[in-house]
Amino acid sequence: MTRHQFIRRITPQLIILGVVLALNFLVFHDFFKIEFQNGRLFGNVIDVLNRGAPTALLCVGMTLVIATKGIDLSVGAIMAIAGATAASLIVDGHNWVSALMGALAVGALCGVWNGFLVAFLRIQPIVATLVLMVAGRGIAQLITEGTILTFLDEGLIHLGAGTVLGIPTPVLIWLFLGGAVAFFVRRTALGMLIESIGINEASSRLAGINSRVLLLCVYVVSGIGAAVAGVIVAADIQGADANNAGLWLELDAILAVVIGGNSLLGGRFSIVASLLGAMIIQSVNSVILLSGMPPEFNLVIKALLILAILVIQSPKVGHLIYILRASAPPPEVKQTTPVKDVN
Amino acid sequence: MTIKATLLASALIFSPLAATAADLTIGFSQIGSESGWRAAETTVTKQEAEARGINLKFADAQQKQENQISALRSFIAQGVDAILVAPVVATGWDEVLEEAQDSDIPVILLDRTVDAPDNLYLTAVTSDLVHEGSVAGQWLVDDVAGADCRIVELQGTTGSSPAIDRKAGFEKAIAGHENLEIVRSQTGDFTRSQGKVVMESFLKAEGGKNICALYAHNDDMAVGAIQAIKEAGLKPGEDIRIVAIDAVPDAHLAIANGEMNATIELTPNMAGPALDALAAYLADGTTPPKWIQTESRLYTAADDNQAIYETKKGLGY
Repeated sequence: MTRHQFIRRITPQLIILGVVLALNFLVFHDFFKIEFQNGRLFGNVIDVLNRGAPTALLCVGMTLVIATKGIDLSVGAIMAIAGATAASLIVDGHNWVSALMGALAVGALCGVWNGFLVAFLRIQPIVATLVLMVAGRGIAQLITEGTILTFLDEGLIHLGAGTVLGIPTPVLIWLFLGGAVAFFVRRTALGMLIESIGINEASSRLAGINSRVLLLCVYVVSGIGAAVAGVIVAADIQGADANNAGLWLELDAILAVVIGGNSLLGGRFSIVASLLGAMIIQSVNSVILLSGMPPEFNLVIKALLILAILVIQSPKVGHLIYILRASAPPPEVKQTTPVKDVN
Repeated sequence: MTIKATLLASALIFSPLAATAADLTIGFSQIGSESGWRAAETTVTKQEAEARGINLKFADAQQKQENQISALRSFIAQGVDAILVAPVVATGWDEVLEEAQDSDIPVILLDRTVDAPDNLYLTAVTSDLVHEGSVAGQWLVDDVAGADCRIVELQGTTGSSPAIDRKAGFEKAIAGHENLEIVRSQTGDFTRSQGKVVMESFLKAEGGKNICALYAHNDDMAVGAIQAIKEAGLKPGEDIRIVAIDAVPDAHLAIANGEMNATIELTPNMAGPALDALAAYLADGTTPPKWIQTESRLYTAADDNQAIYETKKGLGY
């Protein structure tokens, strides 16, 4: 994809993000104000970037999974498992690095499980990942023994609530991981191979692509992304809440991918557009919080904004806009003489 | 051999019943273990039964009413002396309660009530959610002592009865005090992380210096909000007064550390009053009132919160 094509691909997302941010500005005029206090950047825009981190991390893996015509419903539950694992390792006296590694390993293992069900047992992705979605919170509760497992390890807390050079750590983590995966799939043939599986798996396999291993890998990436998100969420509140960590976040991640203009039927994908989608969702959440409306309106407002975004993005509306533009009175006839091709 | 084993097994099962007349066997159908408070209620119920020498048969319904109903039926079939039930939903209990009544087994409701004729159960032991909210509001009224105070409120899950009632109780308590005003109110879904996220937006939208107090519908949200306040460079408990409800161990710890000001206890000991009422009823037929309200005790920095934290920590919160 050339730079020009890339910009064109993400233009709708950028425009929508701009509109939602403007909406934020309308309900709260100091929205774009960023201060530097207590050694950290402090402002609503920073909050959007920071609070959007879990969804952003989930949607990186989700984009790849959806590109293979799959879906991963278990990411929210994997977050809870990973958070519980990290917290219990810390409580057992391990240092934060091994806690993080343990959580990532568990996330990868969950991904292997999903990938195995989908790629090798040929179970439909929505059903295969539903298993872990349902069972995952139970597993997490077994790890935490039903309590909110709290910890005070500075290193782990830093991942969720700390800052590096004044920027909240979660922001740097999702920017880095999102950028790294996007770079990796686009600078190698990997992205195209994933797309080909989504478009037609049988012919991809006949063309010599090892589709099973690739399928397994995208679920593992999704699992690891969810594990990072789970550690961040647990670190942020200094405790692993097996009941609520990442609850319904899989739906936000899928929504982010859809707002990013990726088809649920697989094929072409853009991780950057999905990440913009995640930020759009978080900006919508921010409008709701800053508007000061009674909480009964939260979900209705969110639904209306998301509906508006999806309607604007729909092919029919895009076609309508095209027709309207085409049927508009033609511009003044230009005075230049058309040059005939003499060849 | 098989017959022998069966006889032995049934003898073992019925032996507690046959032992002495004073030995009571009580069935307890718990909703599940969806929250720390629920786990603590289970622990305390078992402790209270043990202290009274009661043989408690425990059944975890895992959030399903059909599990509770079948647990109740099996208690009836086993001929227990009484049944404690924490009903998962309010409706659909009439039939099984009638079956218990036909077998002369008194049923006591814990923590929640049901939509059934009140002659079908002995009594209900619950807290008064509105009262909890008004204790919190009254504490704030007394604490600010007439000074102007802009309050932000973290509500529970929208539409849930604790959120509605705790909000109503608090508003009732501060009504008529012109100096107190709720300037922002938003749901934090009873969770730590949402409590933190919503508090962050409150601090920015209002300006941390302009908020005088936070009222959270549960302690978990308050604990999350405390972290948001700290990250904004303010001192929770001093710059912003914090009052919440539930009195979970972490709230006691926060009060002990000076980061929170008050919490109102939703006692996990619903079984204590229930078993006392049952003992009186079985001894001389004293009919308890249909509703036993548990105490909504206020804890502030004046209490020894560190010690309370240590004792409560073991209850499974």
